[in-house]
Amino acid sequence: MSTTVIDDAPLPQRSYWQSLMRFCQRQPLGTFGLVLVVIMAVTGFSAELIAPYNPTANDFAAMTEPPSWQHLLGTDQFGRDLMSRIIYGARTALIVGMTSAIVGGFSGLILGVGSAYFGGTTDLIIQRLSDIVMAFPLIIMALAVVAIFGPGVQNVIMAITIPLIPRCSRVVRSSALTVREMPYVDAARACGFGATRIIMRHMVPNVMAPFLIMVTSFVGQAILAEASLSYLGLGVQEPVPAWGLMLQGGAEEYASTAPWIAIFPGVAIMLAVLGINLFGDAMRDALDPKLRER
Amino acid sequence: MRSWFLKAGLAASFALALSLSLTLSGQAETPKRGGILTYVIPADGGPSLDGHKETTFAVLHATAPFYSVMVRVNPDNPSSTSDFVCDLCTEIPKPTDNGLTYTFKIRPGVKFHDGTPLTAHDVAASWRRIVSPPPGVSSARANNFVMVDKIEDPDDTTFVITLKFDTLSFMPALADPYAYIYSKAILDKDQHWYEKNIMGSGPFKFVKFEIGQSIEGVRNPDYYHPGQPYLDGFKAIFAPKESVRLDAIRADRAAVEFRSMPPSARDQLIKLLGDKITVQESDWNCGNVLTPNNARPPFDDVRVRKALFLAIDQWKGAQALAKIAVVKTVGGIVFPGSPFAATKEELEKLPGYWPDIEKSRAEARRLLKEAGQENLTFEMLNRNVDQPYGIVGTWLVDEFSKVGMHVTQRVVPTGPWLDAMRRGDFAVALEANCQNVVNPVADSGRYLPHDLYPENFAYHKDPVQVEIYNKMLHETDPVKARVLMRDFENQTIGVGAHQLMVTWWYRIVPMRSYVKGWKISPSHYLNQDLANIWLDQ
Repeated sequence: MSTTVIDDAPLPQRSYWQSLMRFCQRQPLGTFGLVLVVIMAVTGFSAELIAPYNPTANDFAAMTEPPSWQHLLGTDQFGRDLMSRIIYGARTALIVGMTSAIVGGFSGLILGVGSAYFGGTTDLIIQRLSDIVMAFPLIIMALAVVAIFGPGVQNVIMAITIPLIPRCSRVVRSSALTVREMPYVDAARACGFGATRIIMRHMVPNVMAPFLIMVTSFVGQAILAEASLSYLGLGVQEPVPAWGLMLQGGAEEYASTAPWIAIFPGVAIMLAVLGINLFGDAMRDALDPKLRER
Repeated sequence: MRSWFLKAGLAASFALALSLSLTLSGQAETPKRGGILTYVIPADGGPSLDGHKETTFAVLHATAPFYSVMVRVNPDNPSSTSDFVCDLCTEIPKPTDNGLTYTFKIRPGVKFHDGTPLTAHDVAASWRRIVSPPPGVSSARANNFVMVDKIEDPDDTTFVITLKFDTLSFMPALADPYAYIYSKAILDKDQHWYEKNIMGSGPFKFVKFEIGQSIEGVRNPDYYHPGQPYLDGFKAIFAPKESVRLDAIRADRAAVEFRSMPPSARDQLIKLLGDKITVQESDWNCGNVLTPNNARPPFDDVRVRKALFLAIDQWKGAQALAKIAVVKTVGGIVFPGSPFAATKEELEKLPGYWPDIEKSRAEARRLLKEAGQENLTFEMLNRNVDQPYGIVGTWLVDEFSKVGMHVTQRVVPTGPWLDAMRRGDFAVALEANCQNVVNPVADSGRYLPHDLYPENFAYHKDPVQVEIYNKMLHETDPVKARVLMRDFENQTIGVGAHQLMVTWWYRIVPMRSYVKGWKISPSHYLNQDLANIWLDQ
């Protein structure tokens, strides 16, 4: 007679540090992305400490100077230090990107889960409204919102947030529809729990994986949208340092004589979006159980 | 006294002409006939084709070659502020009846492009429409003719204008380049016909117009100025984007843009094309105006408005901005090339022009403190046109920050920008004052209160300013008028601090070197009928 011993002891819990190390080992590109995002966040939020110059102060003695030890990335047509403007621009990008992604993401999360849970007419109305908003490309929708409410940081955030809501809601709803049929949701209903408790305690935590991935990708999309709107003159306004705005006007006018005015803000946008996308892809892989065990 | 002033004007114009950085070549060359001139217009096109109604250069640059005018700035000396010559008339008349009656003789044998003869009746019908338009018709510059009492056309060749009072502003106003002579027969049938159609007596006949794309004309063989026009025809392409216009000239798909290009574009073209590019430059009868909303707190307090002006270092700023924008000269409310313009010494007494900027900013801080506005925060309304609004706006925001003001910009397209100013929905606005013929007395009327000059958006009340202006309008002695102009300027900028002129613009017109005969003027509205242009190809 043989005896099978079943080890039902809980798996050892990994510390955050161990989880991070594991993520870094398994996702080198994602780690690179995370490093870029962290650098961007640190520089953006401690711009006052890092930036060598006031980003809005004109210096007519240093107009369109090429990169030098005094101005590492050169100066623009007003003599403003490009490095300082890029550092402060990271803050603008992060504020717009993060706020739009988080507000848009959470609004989409609530609508998506609510739509899936209640079904019926509620689901129909929310989904058809989402269809209407999603019929327009993000930038077109954002342009329309800015055209109505005018330029400025708050309006740009609103302009980018609105088109993100149905995108998030649609993805979250599809996951929530599966979760709604789970026995534990039926059990919660049988116990007499209310809709809010079931949604918040039992459904939302189980759609967090796709939600987090969506939100991460939204940050990149929002930064690009902000840069596009600013480039078109509809986003933040001079002299606020913003990467898209830095590509407008002077950058075009001096493209052949002072190319650094266009190159460095362009590189900053590229690195920020690349970093966020790489990190988002790695998060998806790390959170997907099928991919996680490979 | 008037002749003395005319001489002074001519001398100033001569000095101005000398100061122009002209690279004119071929002045003594014999014009060649033939060829099609292609040029770009930096706009989408105007709201209509009617010169009497419109104010934008986009209409004028597209339609001026099709029309004649009565009097014009001398096309061979367009930089002059006082050299007027006849176009349709035979001679500039000496006024009679104590300077109140001007009797013009109309050139005989002039024909409209449809073959009908142009007579004094057509001239009178057109001028009546400009001076006192019939109901439902708008005339953009009717305000310039408040001195006109009546217009008469006793026969086919005589055209008489009688004034209510003699004034120095009449003759420059008469040389309005938008004052096209239309056919009376057409106007009698439909006063709005010219809004959508073209039919004049100018050097070129209309061929076709594609909205927002291009307009084309062909030589008028019956043109009344002997030998002109030299070109077989022209094609004007509407191109609002600067990069497109630059590329068009670089690739020789267009020969010129007559408005102005920024210094960087000029430098690029010279670097790329060398002597294939000729550049003409001139002070421009256009400038930015800083307009605080005098009716809205805290700008209803003259101390706050003065502090706003005192924060600005115009002398240093204009010098630096000239490297990156179409601005250059510091001036008061009168075009700097005019004998009526303030001298540097006169300007330096006004807030916004003090030579010692530290002292000026210290006074600004003191005034703000006294007004309880030490941390003044406001939004400046600006137009989304980079050259030079965007650049001047960005510069001003930094200047204001130097006295502790926190300023953001609301940059909007032209429509909402005008709309916000017309509704009074702004704290401070950056606007512009662009005029055609240099006419100091008439031009300075735009600084009068809103109820007298509806397109003034300072929304101020100032009876003293109005009184000075009325005296100046009726003054026929140029020396006394100049003194009154200084009083008016001081009341506008100094005492009332209603509005401030910030940097006059500077015209830079790069063109293909084969384009000859055209001479730059202080206004992009002048000398645009293309009759004297020829191609050295």
